[in-house]
Amino acid sequence: MALSYLRSSSSRSVNLLKPLSSSLPLRRPISTDTTPITVETSVPFTSHQCDAPSRSVETNPKELLTFFRDMALMRRMEIAADSLYKAKFIRGFCHLYDGQEAVAVGMEAAITKKDCIITAYRDHCTFIGRGGTLLEVFAELMGRQAGCSKGKGGSMHFYKKDSNFYGGHGIVGAQVPLGCGLAFAQKYSKDETVTFALYGDGAANQGQLFEALNISALWDLPAILVCENNHYGMGTAEWRAAKSPAYYKRGDYVPGLKVDGMDALAVKQACKFAKEHALKNGPIILEMDTYRYHGHSMSDPGSTYRTRDEISGVRQERDPIERIRKLILSHDLATEEELKDIEKEVRKEVDDTITQAKESPMPEPSKLFTNVYAKGLGVESFGADRKEVRATLP
Amino acid sequence: MAAIFQGVGAAAPLSSSLSNSFDSNKSVFSPRRSFSVRKRASFAVVRSDGIVNLNPNGRSAQRLVSNAVATKADGPAASSSSKPGHELLLFEALQEGLEEEMERDPRVCVMGEDVGHYGGSYKVTKGLAKRFGDLRVLDTPIAENSFTGMGIGAAMTGLRPVIEGMNMGFLLLAFNQISNNCGMLHYTSGGQFTIPVVIRGPGGVGRQLGAEHSQRLESYFQSIPGIQMVACSTPYNAKGLMKAAIRSENPVILFEHVLLYNLKERIPDEDYICNLEEAEMVRPGEHVTILTYSRMRYHVMQAAKTLVNKGYDPEVIDIRSLKPFDLHTIGNSVKKTHRVLIVEECMRTGGIGASLTAAITENFNDYLDAPIMCLSSQDVPTPYAGTLEEVTVVQPAQIVTAVEQLCQ
Repeated sequence: MALSYLRSSSSRSVNLLKPLSSSLPLRRPISTDTTPITVETSVPFTSHQCDAPSRSVETNPKELLTFFRDMALMRRMEIAADSLYKAKFIRGFCHLYDGQEAVAVGMEAAITKKDCIITAYRDHCTFIGRGGTLLEVFAELMGRQAGCSKGKGGSMHFYKKDSNFYGGHGIVGAQVPLGCGLAFAQKYSKDETVTFALYGDGAANQGQLFEALNISALWDLPAILVCENNHYGMGTAEWRAAKSPAYYKRGDYVPGLKVDGMDALAVKQACKFAKEHALKNGPIILEMDTYRYHGHSMSDPGSTYRTRDEISGVRQERDPIERIRKLILSHDLATEEELKDIEKEVRKEVDDTITQAKESPMPEPSKLFTNVYAKGLGVESFGADRKEVRATLP
Repeated sequence: MAAIFQGVGAAAPLSSSLSNSFDSNKSVFSPRRSFSVRKRASFAVVRSDGIVNLNPNGRSAQRLVSNAVATKADGPAASSSSKPGHELLLFEALQEGLEEEMERDPRVCVMGEDVGHYGGSYKVTKGLAKRFGDLRVLDTPIAENSFTGMGIGAAMTGLRPVIEGMNMGFLLLAFNQISNNCGMLHYTSGGQFTIPVVIRGPGGVGRQLGAEHSQRLESYFQSIPGIQMVACSTPYNAKGLMKAAIRSENPVILFEHVLLYNLKERIPDEDYICNLEEAEMVRPGEHVTILTYSRMRYHVMQAAKTLVNKGYDPEVIDIRSLKPFDLHTIGNSVKKTHRVLIVEECMRTGGIGASLTAAITENFNDYLDAPIMCLSSQDVPTPYAGTLEEVTVVQPAQIVTAVEQLCQ
């Protein structure tokens, strides 16, 4: 599709302004510029039991730059988490999302904070997308008080109630029935909002998913099941785990859509389409074709079940941040340098936040017993030696 | 409870009044405090008001016991016998409680198999679908794992679902959701979400229902942190516990029993709830504390009749709250009687009785005169044959024998 005519006009204005040699202050209006730009998605959508949405996506400079910045932030955050884990500041499980940022960012662009999102354990970036702060992320990863779950959840348990982010779940597939429950509550309260329940290609083989899908379709719930297909369930490739790896078709009577998950604009278009569909016709399945650069978690090198060539191939050809960068540069919305500046700024922000998070203290020992029950019962509990310390809980 | 003793005053030295061995070095006699002696044989018991009770076993013939039949001494809430109320069966009491709460709070909804149009397999949800509609009384497909998960997800947003397992045993399929999500989300989210669900259903050994339909899930769920478990046993406490469970911000598992649904009782007309963490004093007594819950309460009360005729005075407590235990009521009773018998329907290994034994021993060891006795079901799958099934569960005769052994 042709690019908007504004492109040529802006390039003209650039030529006029070049001699003034102070491009920076004159660039600022573009970052809040909302003049529409139409872009084509990388590949057309494939649909099952429904009409695919159009390949042309409406966006604007502000949105594209926001995408760039947000994805750069998420990428940097995940890489920093990698280093922190190797330095033993983060322990246990740490599942990194780098490579898949477009899904989080594209989804947020299509919905409001009143819509609910629930995902599994690869939740750091989704949390940021929902409005979580970097400090909450790093503090929680390191088990500190300033964390979003006060240090008691860890990497797999990020939640943000005020922006309807429901986590953060460790058991594969268990979040999908929860997500359908959220959709049920939305229907019950007649909110006109939807729930996005994310899961992976590994979880797509769970029985509870199909149970929940059946109930959602039966009761017409506004549930959107999003399969983030990164093609590997830990170490098992999708063709070794699923007889039918066309996850968007697995719903049978439930419509499905296959989306290029590395293209943030395609994700945005698909989610917008899905939201409209779900509010009118009930559940729909989205399959996001995406890729993770890291292994399944920090204990998995990620190269025993796939070749390094494959990983670097995807990084060169399909990287979500690179795609947006090329889009921004080709539309002249910012220069190379400005984008690099943004990346530097993001890097600094991440580093500063890590320093700040490291200063946050560990939770107090008494906090071990808080939040077990709501409005505690006065239940007795014993200290580790079972003889000396007895505390009546608040 | 008045009891007549052979004339021993408060200040009499103990050593002169005892027939059996008594280690005076170990005891501290204080007229104002109760104490016990670490002896298995007969002994003297000093009650908190300083009266000495001698050899309860031997001198029992002189003791008058005013109530030979079980008296339900209810707690602070209104007693069921003195006020005019209305008579109903236990399942109707549950239904009444549920209906009143659904009326009171529009966020309460019910989900389960056949709860709506069919009216509930045990009629607990009868008439509710007609009254409240299909969105509040939801017939689910047979998918326990996911509809329990859905109930929990809905609760995270503020709805208050009552999830019914047609038989408690079916909830084993939803164990992951109950354990990891229901119990733990309040904690792992740092307090952001509360999960005010009620998970209820009939369990326990019925009449020849077979092994898979006679499960007692309280023993499996008891170590899940973050949930509360209660077991109802009478129409009065069934309605009260149902209402309290729905109003609670914590996830509550309400255990009903298949064989108790047709119990009839007169309950008050006015609105009342039963405290979720409180045990019920069924029959105050002096000699032994019998702790029980759910259907075994009735076996215990039947045994109590025989025991009273034989001269014993058992104190029967329906613990009601399976998690957490009401150690306050239980402790006061142990301090009074110094002997404990637990009668439960769980299996011996890892059952409620096992945890209760541990809890009482840790907290009240000094007050015990004998090791705690625990009568539980046999560690076998419940057989189909009627005679075998009877032997699996604790029978009144066994309770009588146990008390006699304990009080020797």
